[in-house]
Amino acid sequence: MGSAQSVPPEMRALAERTGFTSEQIEQLHRRFKQLSHNRKTIRARIVHAFFDKRNLRKAPAGLAEEINFEDFLTIMSYFRPIEMDMDEERLESFRKEKLKFLFHMYDADYDGIITLQEYKNVLDELMSGNPHLEKESLRAIAEGAMLEAASACMARTGPDEVYEGITFEDFLKVWKGIDIETKMHVRFLTMEAIAHCY
Amino acid sequence: MGAAALRALPWALLLLLGPLLPGQRLQADATRVSEPTWEQPWGEPGGITAAPLATAQEVHPLNKQHHNHSAEGHPKPRKAFPVLGIDYSHVRIPFEISLWILLACLMKMGFHVMSSVSKVVPESCLLIVVGLLVGGLIKAVGEKPPILKSDIFFLFLLPPIILDAGYFLPLRQFTENLGTILIFAVVGTLWNAFFLGGLMYAVCQIGGSGLNHIGLLANLLFGSIISAVDPVAVLAVFEEIHINELLHILVFGESLLNDAVTVVLYHLFEEFANFEQVTIIDMVLGFLSFFVVSLGGVFVGVIYGLIAAFTSRFTSNIRVIEPLFVFLYSYMAYLSAEIFHLSGIMALIASGVVMRPYVEANISHKSHTTIKYFLKMWSSVSETLIFIFLGVSTVAGQHYWNWTFVISTLLFCLIARVLGVLVLTWFINKFRIVKLTPKDQFIIAYGGLRGAIAFSLCYLLDYEHFNMRDMFLTAIITVIFFTVFVQGMTIRPLVDLLAVKKKQETKRSINEEIHTQFLDHLLTGIEDICGHYGHHHWKDKLNRFNKKYVKKCLIAGERSKEPQLIAFYHKMEMKQAIELVESGGLGKIPSTISAVSIQNISPKTLPDSNALSALSKDKEDEIRKILRSNLQKTRQRLRSYNRHTLVADPYEDVWNQMLMKRQKMQQAELQNAYLTVPANRIDSPTMSRARIGSDPLAYEPKPDSENLPIITIDPASPQSPESMDLSNEVPKGCGGLPPSPEEDEEGLVMRPKEPSSPGTDDVFTPGTSDSPSSQRMLRCLSDPGPRQEPEEGEPFIPKGQ
Repeated sequence: MGSAQSVPPEMRALAERTGFTSEQIEQLHRRFKQLSHNRKTIRARIVHAFFDKRNLRKAPAGLAEEINFEDFLTIMSYFRPIEMDMDEERLESFRKEKLKFLFHMYDADYDGIITLQEYKNVLDELMSGNPHLEKESLRAIAEGAMLEAASACMARTGPDEVYEGITFEDFLKVWKGIDIETKMHVRFLTMEAIAHCY
Repeated sequence: MGAAALRALPWALLLLLGPLLPGQRLQADATRVSEPTWEQPWGEPGGITAAPLATAQEVHPLNKQHHNHSAEGHPKPRKAFPVLGIDYSHVRIPFEISLWILLACLMKMGFHVMSSVSKVVPESCLLIVVGLLVGGLIKAVGEKPPILKSDIFFLFLLPPIILDAGYFLPLRQFTENLGTILIFAVVGTLWNAFFLGGLMYAVCQIGGSGLNHIGLLANLLFGSIISAVDPVAVLAVFEEIHINELLHILVFGESLLNDAVTVVLYHLFEEFANFEQVTIIDMVLGFLSFFVVSLGGVFVGVIYGLIAAFTSRFTSNIRVIEPLFVFLYSYMAYLSAEIFHLSGIMALIASGVVMRPYVEANISHKSHTTIKYFLKMWSSVSETLIFIFLGVSTVAGQHYWNWTFVISTLLFCLIARVLGVLVLTWFINKFRIVKLTPKDQFIIAYGGLRGAIAFSLCYLLDYEHFNMRDMFLTAIITVIFFTVFVQGMTIRPLVDLLAVKKKQETKRSINEEIHTQFLDHLLTGIEDICGHYGHHHWKDKLNRFNKKYVKKCLIAGERSKEPQLIAFYHKMEMKQAIELVESGGLGKIPSTISAVSIQNISPKTLPDSNALSALSKDKEDEIRKILRSNLQKTRQRLRSYNRHTLVADPYEDVWNQMLMKRQKMQQAELQNAYLTVPANRIDSPTMSRARIGSDPLAYEPKPDSENLPIITIDPASPQSPESMDLSNEVPKGCGGLPPSPEEDEEGLVMRPKEPSSPGTDDVFTPGTSDSPSSQRMLRCLSDPGPRQEPEEGEPFIPKGQ
């Protein structure tokens, strides 16, 4: 990963841009320096997401080769918790940002649409910890999910049109029932949750 | 209709109560009447005063004497054989119990008939009013109305409600908010108890001669009884207003968990009131006992829950008694906790929560339904009975009304609650990510209802040590009435007024489930990156432990290895399939998943997925027919919006004929089904005519369609006749596709299709090579193999299957 930067005057600018406090930035910084791989099943995807240029707001597609601390913070800022004093509009844009991040994680080929294959890949990775699974179930589930999403958007497309995949608007619709803003956040509360080297 | 029911109500009441009254009088008279029987020999033939026969058993010792008496002298006249006799005392107790329960159920029914009233007034209020009426009636007749005995309440009426709440507790929200709930339950209740007790003591000192003798401890005891938020009342009121899940779980969780605090405080002050002096040691012990009571209760519950889960693993051959295990083990947990003065409510909740995931994986679908409905039924009846009895006890109990005491109790209760919630929320919001807004705080404070638990606890007080018990009772009843009536009635308009977020009535979809799991993993990963041992980290660890060790022990057979997503998916499919069959298949299919499901589940029949494995082949065919007929109807409906047929509508009949012809054509090609890439499409004559009629530009193939695999969603496309042979295809892969080598890896739509004109319906291409696979593909998405005739008059699968 990129080089570490810890210059205090820049921190303020960083803090403003990403919304973290300086303590949180320090903590993340420490962690950034001693990053080791995580053992989660979708780890490749998560790591990928850090390098995804769309998330870094640099370009509509492609992977960055290295990211610096600023970029790291940019990504982490997607996981900010909401604040009490946000108004409706900010809340809405906040929500959209988070959902866009998720969307980019699903959509691996940068075309703005989640196709069935991409969806299946996601499911495969999710279930990868489970060797007893048959491919059939995964296939069925992926198709079922796509169908559901499609039927939710059927009104929009004509019945004979070809349904290519889930676009961002459809994605938003699916997520309407779940309040993402309350779920997609990580606590940076305690300073003693310091990284353990492992 | 409502008015008629209203008029009928009092008569129904009288009818029901009729037997009640003579029954009581009967028992009272029995002892008196037995005396004269002794005097007079059985002189009256067929003497059908109920008394002599009813008291047959009691008369035995008297009878013997009577026998001697008569044996000495005159010949004993023979009594006629009683053709019809009355023996009420024999069945008195069960009879009366049944009458009360029947009354409760009729009341519930009546409220739903008179729906206009029940929209304004919550059911609990109506029930209390009915109780008052019934109590008044009984008193007016001269009898003594029954009072809600604490034993009956705690042992029989309360457990079903708590078990129902615990078994169906929404665990996710509960654990997410556990910290908040605990703080409200423990600290909030303690604050309420001490604040109220202290203030009432001050009032008593100032309040004049009638109150001066009430000591500090008695007041503290009173405070601890009345400070607990009551789960029954909260459930009754909150159920009807449908607020959002967060608030619901906060108030409800608080009402459940504060039982431990109440139990400890109650026993503490009850004991202390007998001591002359309270030392520090006693207080420390009291503090310790709190932990013992709460954690002990949970421990007992967990043990019983695990035992129940383990038992359910072996019940695959005796499905009918599976629900009993759940009920009995939970009840035993409650009783066992009560033996040791531990918190029975927490034991009950813990056992329900622990046993549920494992039991549900093991038991049959029918047992699951049974458990659900029995719990709902019992808890509903219990709740109704509790409120009715509250009303009756109000009339029946002895009251001692002291204006100062009662009014100040009421006032301080409200103040304590509001203050407590405000202070605690301020404290809690420092730690919460999703802060509690003032609106939320208001609802939480307003939802602190008191109920029958407070009443019963007070009733348990020993009269000798607490001679002001009547005054306490009166005050408690006043507070209960106030909270239930005033707060219960006004909370609904207030919720609307404040525009509090309501519960979203969405069904869990498979998409949501996938996304939620994805999010969980993502957040765990991010937490790892931050090096933060957060919420998700521990949840993940717990899940892994669960999967690795616990599930293997407690879940029978194959299901133990099933990941949650798959289990959820299966459950949902089964539900939809059953729904479809039950609804007679006449409506539009909610989603086309069900069609996929039937073919997909059968190859993997789990040993105890009874619903579908029990379906024989012809029933499966029937299901398919139903689905097909629906899909065709949907299809026909959709067709009218089809932009091709807007022009080409007259071709609809031709369309159907084409289908039939094509099917006959392709019957010959059953064997060559399994090719892969669909080649060039040949338009059906219909389609070409249609296309000419509409906008030619619309048929530009999309630029990237070569690279993108696409799904054609055509839910109602009629299918090829290969489906006739479904019995062979069913065991194979997705949607009955035979496992051709190329297809095996990719399944449904993975091959890039030739850039066909997007407007073309795949079905109508009579090309030989592509149509089977494309139709198979479509068949996967929709309905398997129809025969042409829509058979609506078909007998559906008989219910009960």
